[in-house]
Amino acid sequence: MSDLTKLTIAQARDKLAAGECTSVELTQAYLKAMEAGRDLNAFITETPELALQRAKASDDRRAKGESLGAMDGIPVAIKDLFCTDGVLTTAGSHILDGFTPAYESTVTANLRDAGAVMLGKTNLDEFAMGSANITSYYGEVKNPWVGADGKDLVPGGSSGGSAAAVAGRMAMAATGTDTGGSIRQPASFCGITGLKPTYGRCSRWGTIAFASSLDQAGPMTQTVRDAAIMLQAMAGHDAKDSTSAPMDVPDFEAALTGDIKGLKIGIPAEYKMDGMDAEIQALWDQGIEWLKAQGAEVVDISLPHTKYALPTYYIVAPAEASANLARYDGVRYGLRVEGDSLDDMYMNTRGEGFGHEVKRRILMGTYVLSSGYYDAYYIKAQKVRTLIAADFTKAFEDVDAILTPTAPSAAFALGEKQEDPVAMYLNDVFTVPASLAGLPGISIPAGLNAAGLPLGLQILGRPFDEETVLKVAGVLETSAGFTLHSGVED
Amino acid sequence: MSLDQDTVKNIAYLARIRVEEDKLEPLAGELSAIMGWIEQLQELDTDGVEPMASVVNVSLPQRKDVVNDGDCRDAVLKNAPDNEDGFYTVPKVVE
Amino acid sequence: MSYLIKGETCDWEVVIGLEVHCQVISESKLFSGASTLFGGEPNTHVSVVDAAMPGMLPVINEECVRQAIRTGLGLKAKINKTSVFARKNYFYADLPQGYQISQADKPIVGAGTLTLDMPDGTSRDVGIERLHLEQDAGKSMHDQDPKRSFIDLNRCGVALMEVVSDPDMRSPEEAGAFVRKMRSIVRYLGTCDGNMDQGSMRCDVNVSVRPVGSDELRTRAETKNVNSVRFIMQVIEFEAKRQVGVYDNGGQVVQETRLFDSKKIETRSMRSKENAHDYRYFPDPDLLPLIFTDELIEELKAELPELPDDRKNRYVGDFGLSPYDAGVLVAEKDTATYFEAVAEGRDQKLAANWVINNLFGVLSDRSLSITESPITAGHLGELLDLISDDTISNKIAKDVFEVMLETGEAPAKIVEDRGLKQITDTGAIEAAVDAAIAAGPNQVEQYKGGNEKILGWFVGQVMKATQGKANPGQVNKLLKEKLDG
Ligand SMILES: [Mg+2]
Ligand SMILES: [Zn+2]
Repeated sequence: MSDLTKLTIAQARDKLAAGECTSVELTQAYLKAMEAGRDLNAFITETPELALQRAKASDDRRAKGESLGAMDGIPVAIKDLFCTDGVLTTAGSHILDGFTPAYESTVTANLRDAGAVMLGKTNLDEFAMGSANITSYYGEVKNPWVGADGKDLVPGGSSGGSAAAVAGRMAMAATGTDTGGSIRQPASFCGITGLKPTYGRCSRWGTIAFASSLDQAGPMTQTVRDAAIMLQAMAGHDAKDSTSAPMDVPDFEAALTGDIKGLKIGIPAEYKMDGMDAEIQALWDQGIEWLKAQGAEVVDISLPHTKYALPTYYIVAPAEASANLARYDGVRYGLRVEGDSLDDMYMNTRGEGFGHEVKRRILMGTYVLSSGYYDAYYIKAQKVRTLIAADFTKAFEDVDAILTPTAPSAAFALGEKQEDPVAMYLNDVFTVPASLAGLPGISIPAGLNAAGLPLGLQILGRPFDEETVLKVAGVLETSAGFTLHSGVED
Repeated sequence: MSLDQDTVKNIAYLARIRVEEDKLEPLAGELSAIMGWIEQLQELDTDGVEPMASVVNVSLPQRKDVVNDGDCRDAVLKNAPDNEDGFYTVPKVVE
Repeated sequence: MSYLIKGETCDWEVVIGLEVHCQVISESKLFSGASTLFGGEPNTHVSVVDAAMPGMLPVINEECVRQAIRTGLGLKAKINKTSVFARKNYFYADLPQGYQISQADKPIVGAGTLTLDMPDGTSRDVGIERLHLEQDAGKSMHDQDPKRSFIDLNRCGVALMEVVSDPDMRSPEEAGAFVRKMRSIVRYLGTCDGNMDQGSMRCDVNVSVRPVGSDELRTRAETKNVNSVRFIMQVIEFEAKRQVGVYDNGGQVVQETRLFDSKKIETRSMRSKENAHDYRYFPDPDLLPLIFTDELIEELKAELPELPDDRKNRYVGDFGLSPYDAGVLVAEKDTATYFEAVAEGRDQKLAANWVINNLFGVLSDRSLSITESPITAGHLGELLDLISDDTISNKIAKDVFEVMLETGEAPAKIVEDRGLKQITDTGAIEAAVDAAIAAGPNQVEQYKGGNEKILGWFVGQVMKATQGKANPGQVNKLLKEKLDG
């Protein structure tokens, strides 16, 4: 294992600036790691030639004194939900067989324009629907962490490939997308940092849609500082996305002052669920103590509609998905399974092209929008969404950030929870409410459970206040002193 | 809320997803279980609450009326499973 | 002039509502920057947004919003400062997204009124329920290949305004008048070119029938995409008879979508699957509510051109034209523009007469539009000047008009070249009068015997002798003087 693959973005930035290494060297080290880690199935497509070409270009820029900044020359992995010009883009689905876009998503274009080097496209739950990265047409992803019993674990989902790539040191950082927890929950399972920005902070243009009113891209990194640096490059207003926030991007790294004295941190009573894992509760309590020790004021708050968030999400997200996925019809791209008539072709293509979980969600979405059920389900869910968002608005009148666990458990074994969809959905119980409210949230690795597996804590903030979220996360990170060791030998 | 096989068949057709006859029943069971869990929303009183379609509370941005896109037939057609003479093709539609 | 269908047990009246799709005039599409130009090689006016490539997002064109507001103002309708785009979900070969972005319960324009100008000169108001913005679909072609249909997305995503009327019309004529008036208004406004043959305006025709005297609304059938005024009227006639037949046979009309066969002049039910739609409208999460200010509405209102109703009123009030003539002149914006150029600074009634009674006949004989008129408005105006200043008589003017049609020459030149100038020289006319009296002793007898009509014979003689150029007033005056004297 090369020392280069242990570097954080911040460290690599300094080494590159000091001429102690080149982007090509970094990239080669990661390409080697990517190859060595293939059994984790974290990548769907590797792009070594493109990576080396971009690394070389970065080094050339730097030699001419034209470095583009912190991300220039940094090797990153891209979740295969972002469309990448000339590179196969699959969304983890059979239905996008062979699809090679002629355009680059805004987020990956922003990264490219900041000099980042794409190593490849990471595996994910099909169309980002899942919490364990077991629904991909390209196979399940393994968590680099291994349980005490030696069993293979899920990396979480849907950005499981990205999380595994970063935790397994196959990429210095990766992009993820988060609709109901798909960045934060796998970050927690894999012992890395995952930031879901405020809805609208990163453009959705060119990112394959799951649920448009919830989808948000974000960085998955080793450290909070790296998350700040990478988000800086990804974010920004985009006129091509009507829901993109017309706001300036602050200097996120500058927010990491380490000073949280006097900040009020809310602890929501409703997140203490019945039968909650004692280790999770203990970690949460520990987090509270850490923040108090650094001078934050911890306040008990109430988010009364928390328990309705998941069922609300499972109406809103499938409803939007049922329409978003209608375009996969075998006509303009991807898989086509012929049939005797147009309808036959549609049904064959979509019947074969989509996996079981995706079909199930499309059917649920179709059902809740269909005539006679629209008011009872869809409108009802939208109303509850209003109540959930209002809970947060009210809470943030009194507090600056909210601390919760990220997930109700550590990574579980491959094969578990597969039979019961609702049990699987419960993985996102702590992440979904903030998604519905569009709030920024971060998961940072805060400790290990008794089996030696990482557990994450989540910090939520006000809309467009990623700075406070990052600042509090930075303090927690320092207190936790967590080091990534994920079973990958140092 | 439980979904019967006919309902599943109907929504599968609306969604243009082929579901084999013998899969209808297990699928109806799965969907019923999920919808049953979702049913807990009904216990909440939401009278007078505005439905929320988006968390963004600015109005729709509008663009100028200029032609700055299109004219990219290759990009549009290159991924098509079947195309001819610049057209996409589909199984014959009888109107 | 009510339109009734005789049934076996009673008379029936027809209840008609129309949904008119008008293609918005704009450079680029409703949600993408691709061109709206008609024609063009297949799939060239298509962006990756129009082709619904993965990850593509819509951004609305402000001009389409303005065009919808203008049209709403032209329909004297309520403009909704907040409206919402919704997805209408269905699968079709020419609908790449798998949904059409449209507007459901919150359209950009609410209730308004359209005034019908009936052929007998009367008017009647029809309610407008709403106007909403939506995307057009692409085009499927079925004749190129035995097994496949070909899809061209050039039109896909072009903005449409769908105008929905109240079920206020009671005859094919009223429906025809509605569509003609709608077309006139959008053409005046410049919001749609109104060319039905190119599909820029298309109509869904909703028809039901009920026994005369009843005010119930019975089940309607919707015939889709009818693309000429004549076809719309034929659809209504056919549907009215068909539905009365159904009731007479003890059946029930079913709510369904039908297609018009313009060769057989009949409607037929679309396959039952086409009727199994459940559109599952819901707000498009890629778009936010469309909100604009009163200022924008006021600004657009201030820029609005004079519309056909106002212009008609002005022609009747200021020019003294009959409502019928005024209605004919304002129906097409180009016609009104032509007429006003002719009438400018002249006798408007004379101008109206010439345009309606002389020019229109020629144009319709030759199937020409007013903009293709062989006689320019300038020349026609000059011809009227020649009449007004007595250079030529009305009768000669008609001859000059014929020559203008053939040669396109200026009337003054024609009169000059052919020596058609009216003879006003009293001496010359007197000589011709004397000659006529001398040539007709019998006629003189009759005149003196009290037959005043015989005067026409003398006028004819004089005109013949002067090749029609003698001033008719002077001829009459002199003849009377001489015969009576
Ligand atoms: Mg219609
Ligand atoms: Zn329509």
